Parts: sequence; structure tokens; C-alpha cells
Amino acid sequence: MSSQPNAQRQVYLDHSATTPVRPEVLAAMLPYFAGKFGNASSIHRWGYEAREAINDAREKVASLIGASPSEILFTSGGTEADNLAIRGVAHARRSRGNHLITSQIEHHAVLHTFEVLQKEGFEVTFLPCDKYGLIDPDDVRKAIRKDTILVSIMHGQNEVGTVEPIKEIGEIAREHGALFHSDAVQSAGKIPIDVKELNVDLLTLSSHKIYGPKGVGALYVTKGVRLTPQVTGGAHERRMRAGTENVPGIVGFGEACRLAKAELPEESARLTKLRDKLIEGLLNEIPDVVLNGHPVLRLPHNVNVSVKYLEGESILLNLDRMGVAASSGSACTSGSLEPSHVLLAMGLSHETTHGSLRFSLGMSNTEEDINYVLEILPPIVEKLRAMSPLGPGSVL
Amino acid sequence: MYNDKVMDHFFNPRNVGELENPDGVGQVGNPVCGDTMRITLKIKDNRIEDIKFRTFGCGAAIATSSMVTELVKGLTLEEALEVSNKQVAESLGGLPPQKLHCSNLAAEAVHAAIQDYYKKQGLVVSDDNGSSHDHSTHDHSVDDESSEE
Ligand SMILES: Cc1ncc(COP(=O)(O)O)c(C=O)c1O
Ligand code: FES
Repeated sequence: MSSQPNAQRQVYLDHSATTPVRPEVLAAMLPYFAGKFGNASSIHRWGYEAREAINDAREKVASLIGASPSEILFTSGGTEADNLAIRGVAHARRSRGNHLITSQIEHHAVLHTFEVLQKEGFEVTFLPCDKYGLIDPDDVRKAIRKDTILVSIMHGQNEVGTVEPIKEIGEIAREHGALFHSDAVQSAGKIPIDVKELNVDLLTLSSHKIYGPKGVGALYVTKGVRLTPQVTGGAHERRMRAGTENVPGIVGFGEACRLAKAELPEESARLTKLRDKLIEGLLNEIPDVVLNGHPVLRLPHNVNVSVKYLEGESILLNLDRMGVAASSGSACTSGSLEPSHVLLAMGLSHETTHGSLRFSLGMSNTEEDINYVLEILPPIVEKLRAMSPLGPGSVL
Repeated sequence: MYNDKVMDHFFNPRNVGELENPDGVGQVGNPVCGDTMRITLKIKDNRIEDIKFRTFGCGAAIATSSMVTELVKGLTLEEALEVSNKQVAESLGGLPPQKLHCSNLAAEAVHAAIQDYYKKQGLVVSDDNGSSHDHSTHDHSVDDESSEE
């Protein structure tokens, strides 16, 4: 964006947008670009090498979420996995029913897919959430019907970090014979996931949020569930997703999952501590700041606050100049000029959505980074508020 | 995303604040994304003697606010009424396409402040496509929201 004349540090706090590929992952991938370049469908040694590498990665991905390797389908990312789960189930089970349930706070990859299905003639219930961004399992119970074929509720909310009660929701879906899909792109590798324990039939994963490469993801599909393929062609991925496999990407994703699993308990505790320090600091040191999302049922790496009377982009530009990367749910940063649908569903006023800031923490962040943000943000807010016509003592 | 001139006006905005006992006040809301700009004017001998702005909005909104105050300071009211949104954006060396609407706020707020001055003077308000009516509606909605909090 801009030059950063005043940056004393570079602090990346946008890990929910994407993460760097970690060195171990990159090292694992490199042999598969030129040397071991085979097509996993080929019969010869080159093919065998690629196949072995994919199998190995499949085991690592499965192991992160308590699945068996045969239940993992590789895709081009979280978006495709969401599409495959939702369209794949809807189209495969249309003869059993026409009703689908999701929530108003899903990622666009889920939300827009359901909107398309609605246009195709499916009946879709979009459940609301409470002011913390929590979906009430009772609402699922009330909405579910005999002809409900799929329930899709995300695990960890990407903007506000709220962790949804998917175990309870999965149980309700199961009792009623509906399949349950959950988007775990933000929660995987951050909090423990066991698909069997969580009553999930389909689960979406993405590699680039956990220090793997972009353009790779996976869909967990529990044994016995058939999906209508959305990408047709060869017999790849148990005939449910055609296309020559992205071997280096898949290898990197596998390694990222292995490392995430090994480091999860420690890293999750470390991030939670940093998260709480940042939240506390922001609430204490800047007047008229509110926390968005649930105070406790929250992803360890997510901080989301609204700075009242201000607009997010103006804060982000100032932070960027000081070397700090974050994001906002403000209408002015969205491209569509609509404020975040998640914050609106939580009942925030238009103005409060404007001043929303998300800091998403990751591996590289230290306590000094948090201290730095807490040092530079208050004067930025003060300067911008002096410019704002809104405020507690506003002349309006 | 923004050019250097926009960034300069954003980081070092000119004429920020609120004039005491202003001769004209203009406040407009941006219907596209809900942002707000407020202009206060001091007018002497039919010229804009002093001008200050306050803006709740994105980088482009703040930069265009700053730019328009520079453009109209010292102009006669007639000249200031001629300054268009497009001119403000051009003076900044252009804005990204999705940010062009932000520049609407700037010139409109100045025009609204001049109309307010005319009204206070009991002068006939020039028939300016009736948009001043819109402005007052936006004012109210802003009022209501901020008092709710
Ligand atoms: C919750 C959630 N679902 C899906 C996606 C999309 O994943 P991908 O970028 O791999 O397509 C994202 C990433 O932005 C996400 O946060
Ligand atoms: S004021 Fe909202 S996008 Fe510029």
C-alpha cells in the first residue's frame, strides 16, 4: 500500500486472511515441482512417487481432524471444498428433500453457494445469531424438518472468532437424518477437532490459513456419503473431484497439518494469552472501544473490536504506515461497499460496523508486537477522532 | 491503492475542525456507505474567509474533504458553488474507481453550507436540484443513530 516512513516494526496481524508458508512446509514442497514431477495417475515410477506423496499428505490431513485418510478429498481450497460439500449434497439428495439450513454469518463461500441453490429452487433457512455471533442449537432444532437434507454451520467464525456449538448442532442434524457440514477453515490447527466427536459429516479445510500454500484445501466426507461431483473429468479423488492433483500443494498442506497438530496445544495457549492481552489493552487504553464476538468461546488468534465514531479504513491506513497489518468489516473496505454481514447479523449499528478492526494473530507474533500495537493505536484513534463529526461530545 | 497526493491529504489534512459561530454549516451523509461530512464556514464580503471540516469516513473521504477546503478557501460564494465533485477528485490526481463516490461528499457539503448561509441571511436559496432537501434527511438519520449510542 503506502510507504512506511514511521514503521519501527513490521507486525503482521492478518493471519485470518492468509499466512506465510513456513520454511519446513516449503522445504517439503520443493522436490515436487521439478524433480518428482510425476502425475499421480501414471503407472510408472514417477507416478508412483507422486501417489505416495499424496497418500502421505492425506494421512497427515486426516490425522489433524481424527478422520481416516480415505475420508479426505483434496480440492483447490476452502472455497471449492465448501462448494463441493453444499452443492454436492444438495444435488445428490434432492430426491430426499428440498430444505437446507445454514446461518447468516457464514463465509461468502458458503453463503453465496446457498443463495445460488435457493435460486435453483431449494428452500434455505438462514439462521440468525446472538449478539456474540453464537448460533443457538435450539434454533436449528426448530428449523429442521423431515425434508431437511443438509445443515451447514461453520466452526470458528472468520471475522469475530466465535466458536459455534457444532457438536450439539451435528447431533440434532443426525437425529433428523440430515447431513451436517461445517467450515473449519479458521479453527483447524487452532483448536482441537475430532470429526467423530463433533458429529460432523463434512468438514472444510484450507491450507493457506495454517502456513501451507494457497490454492489447496480439503473436504472431509464421512464414509458412505456420496456427493455429486462439481468438477467432472477423470476418476481422481474417489470420483468426487476430477483433475490432476496439485502434488506440491498437497504435500505442503500435509506438512502444514502435521506441524499444526504437533504444535497445537502449546501454540494455542500462547496465542490465547497474546489475544487476551491485546483485547484487554485495547479496551483499557482506548475509550469507547467494544469487543465483537464472544469473550470466551473464541478462536485463540482472533481479536475483533469496534472503535466508535471512526471508520475502519482510515485506521488501517494509519496502522499500515506504522508497519501493522490488520483488517476491517467496514463498508468502505469491502469493495461491495456493504458493511460486514456478520457484524450486522450480530446487531451492530451501521456506525459500529464502520469502526470494526480485526487483528488475527499467528506464529510470528510476540508480546512485543502486542505492546507495539497498544502503543501506536491510541494516538491514531485520538487523531482521527478529532477529525470525526461523531462522538460522545459531538455537536450533532 | 491511493496516490501520494491523496495520502498526503489523508495523513496531513488541511483545515480540520469546527469554526465557532459559523456563518454557514453543511452536513451531508453519503448514501452509498453511510459516511458523514460536516463543513463550517466563515463568510466575509461574499467570500469564504475560513473553512473547516470534520469527516467520518474512509481515506478518500478524508482526503477529498481536505482538498475541497483548500480549493474553495478565498473563493466567492458563486465560485465555490461551481466547484464540482469531479474537480475535487481531479485535484487529488484521481481516486480508485470504487472510491469515486467518496468525493461526492466533499463538494456537496460545501454547497450545503453555502445554502445554509443564504438561508440564514434570508436570501433566496438558489434552486439547486432540490438535493438540499436530501441533505437534511441524512442529517436527521445521523442524529438519531448517534443519540442511540
Ligand atoms: C471461514 C472460511 N471459509 C472459507 C474460506 C476460503 O478458503 P480459500 O481461501 O482456501 O478458498 C476462508 C478464507 O478466506 C474462510 O475464512
Ligand atoms: S467514505 Fe465510505 S468508501 Fe469512502
